[in-house]
Amino acid sequence: MASTENRKPKTENPPKNLRIFLTGVGGQGTLLASRLLGEAALAAGYNPMVSETHGMAQRGGIVVSTVVLGDLQSPLISPGEADIVLGFEALEAFRALDRCHARSLVIANTATLAPYPVAIGQARYPSVAQMFHRLAEQVGALLAFDADALAHRSGSPLAVNMVILGALAATEYLPISAQDILSVIRTRTKEKFLASNLQAFELGAAAARDPRNWQRR
Amino acid sequence: MSELLTGAAGERRLFLGNEAIVRGALEAGVALVTTYPGTPASEIGDRCYEISRQTGLRFEYSTNEKVALEVAAGAAACGWRVLCAMKHVGLNVAADALMTLAYVGVKGGMVIVSADDPSLFSSQNEQDNRYYARLAGLPMLEPATPEEAKAMTRAAFALSENLKLPVLLRTTTRVNHTRGPVTLGELAARPGPGRFYKDPFRQVMVPAVARQAHVRLLAAQDQARALAETSVFNEISGRGAWGIVTSGVAGAYVADALTELGLADKVRLLKLGFTHPLPEALLGDFLAPLSKVLVVEELEPYLEEGLKAVAQARGLPVTIRGKGPDLFSRLYEYHPGLVREVVARFFGVSSEAPDPLVPEQILGQPLPDRPPNLCAGCPHRAMYYAVKIALKDLGVEGVFPTDIGCYTLGLLPPLSMADFLICMGSSISTAAGISRATGQKVVAFIGDSTFFHSGLPALVNAVHHKHDFLLVILDNGTTAMTGHQPHPGVSLMPPGYPGEHVPIARVVKALGVEKLWVVNPFKYKESLAAAKEALEASGIRVLISQAPCVLYEARITGKKRKARFQVSRGCGECRDCLDNFGCPAMYLESGEKGRLQIDPDLCSGCAFCVQWCDHIRPVGAG
Repeated sequence: MASTENRKPKTENPPKNLRIFLTGVGGQGTLLASRLLGEAALAAGYNPMVSETHGMAQRGGIVVSTVVLGDLQSPLISPGEADIVLGFEALEAFRALDRCHARSLVIANTATLAPYPVAIGQARYPSVAQMFHRLAEQVGALLAFDADALAHRSGSPLAVNMVILGALAATEYLPISAQDILSVIRTRTKEKFLASNLQAFELGAAAARDPRNWQRR
Repeated sequence: MSELLTGAAGERRLFLGNEAIVRGALEAGVALVTTYPGTPASEIGDRCYEISRQTGLRFEYSTNEKVALEVAAGAAACGWRVLCAMKHVGLNVAADALMTLAYVGVKGGMVIVSADDPSLFSSQNEQDNRYYARLAGLPMLEPATPEEAKAMTRAAFALSENLKLPVLLRTTTRVNHTRGPVTLGELAARPGPGRFYKDPFRQVMVPAVARQAHVRLLAAQDQARALAETSVFNEISGRGAWGIVTSGVAGAYVADALTELGLADKVRLLKLGFTHPLPEALLGDFLAPLSKVLVVEELEPYLEEGLKAVAQARGLPVTIRGKGPDLFSRLYEYHPGLVREVVARFFGVSSEAPDPLVPEQILGQPLPDRPPNLCAGCPHRAMYYAVKIALKDLGVEGVFPTDIGCYTLGLLPPLSMADFLICMGSSISTAAGISRATGQKVVAFIGDSTFFHSGLPALVNAVHHKHDFLLVILDNGTTAMTGHQPHPGVSLMPPGYPGEHVPIARVVKALGVEKLWVVNPFKYKESLAAAKEALEASGIRVLISQAPCVLYEARITGKKRKARFQVSRGCGECRDCLDNFGCPAMYLESGEKGRLQIDPDLCSGCAFCVQWCDHIRPVGAG
């Protein structure tokens, strides 16, 4: 499993094809995040494909979406083929390990949302520290922090998606710039949430600049 | 203004497949859109509803798909371009109309969207509706991307008018719910009023007329086949002695696989978009020089059967494979890695994909599931609870035929109140069969939108034939599961909604039901008493549980919760709330003797639990 090349993200040559897998729980804003990424990529001249989960899955279930960039036509991401995983919730970030390969970047929220079987004591929520320890051993890099806390600090507890996008934009994995994403956020956000969304984005970016949040193989 | 109404020709936008279909229809000058909401087609109707509020587009959420198709057919007979959208199983409901509409034909272009759901993300089956095109004899287009969805929708209107037949636009979830770049064209003006010209001996399908209409339909199919032979939507690329034939989103997986496997110059690719009638000459010419051909299509071997028939007719020695062990499955949607692996195996090249990681194995313990759940404050849960306790108090076991909507989640523990489900409206009629066959206590559950969709004939039947069961109509005032679309019984009108309100209780009484209870499920004593009375009565009884969907109410009224609740110290070990109610705001603190708690962020303040548990109190009341 251990691969010696690509211990660090390639900064100078962003990959031609990039597959981004977003996962979280209904209500966390994963769909908006994937749409914003897609819009930013389109504005930057890419041909993005974005796939979404709608319907029954949104009643408290897992919501996944994908953003695929580059010379690819498929909107879906198969197991083992995500270059980037954005995990909006700790358990769901770990569950998406099946999408990862040895060079994947995983950006994960350490905050948890107990699934119902856990809430009523019928199942156990795994230790977050242990999950992320295992996860970091398998992928190229793990960037993990409490995105819920940062969203609260931005003044908008629902802005976890902005925090995660800000963190992603501050890494060097994306072929599109933070400015590309920010300008889409500005056009897509209602006036009254704009300031807190921008603040959340910036707090996410700051979290990505903090080396203590990173584990690299 | 809807973003589907803005933008200059040539501009590129990121549209959902469903939005691209709407834009294509607007560019074609669609005058009327009808639908019944259903995932993965719902956004087509929702965008059209929004646009109808802003322009002269006529739109309706019809009561069911058959009605939607017939309303559209009437308008198309008068020269209007019409779009009718539904999920795949909706076309079963509309099938009676579809089969003979193919005989009657259309004057204005008519496009019927059938949104199939491979993998059953939100459906009761994964039928392949391409066979409907064959069954009805109608032309069919199958887009693979949002860009194609727009182009094909536009083209389908012209094709429909050319052939004077409705055209089936067959999509799958992965096309409906993918966003991709779409190049805008010009929006077309909508026509003025249409006109119905009498022509009864072509349009009234009595046997003598229909015999001639069937002749015309077969001739039109020949004409359609000729158009398919040269359609721009059927593309050949690549070269080599091997071939792949594909359609829909599977074509995208094939394209990526050929690139990644370095097979682009070894395999000739035929990507079909005009898939009924199949272009037999094109298929034959494609197959003739090839030695082996792989057919890559999700669900049933529709193309594969067509190709094999062509090869047999032409006496071609080519090997054609698609479905089978070691090849493709008839189950579930495909994905890029799966298609790449089968393509590599079939053509004998290596694909070198490492085994994917298995999170449970890496952690050494199972990961808890995250099943969807009825929301905190959902009125369905309150009614389920009252019926559950009523049955318990009466010492009777209930059998629960259920129906399609959010409340189908009543299947899951701890509610566990769903025992039998086939399709929309089946709760009422299957309840009749179960109770007649067994004499058991049968309680059927149906939602308000589903009741209007297909519950009415079943209820009349139950009255007429003196069936013996309790029907609970879970009336939350909206079509909640698919995104809060209005229906005839809608209780909280969306602002500006022009529909006439048809109260459910009035309908139920008019159908001849004499034993009727109407309760607010959040008033526990009343709903429990009503449930007991209704359970103990005999004959056909109806209990209407009336309270708005908590999400919908908040959206429409901006209503905020008034109170929140907490568990007081005296709470012991009874666990009634967890064992019978299962509100997602309730949880057990971790640890051996974890106490029950209510999550203040999730509690909706519905104040239901406080009525039957002495240990739950409003926050601030101690």
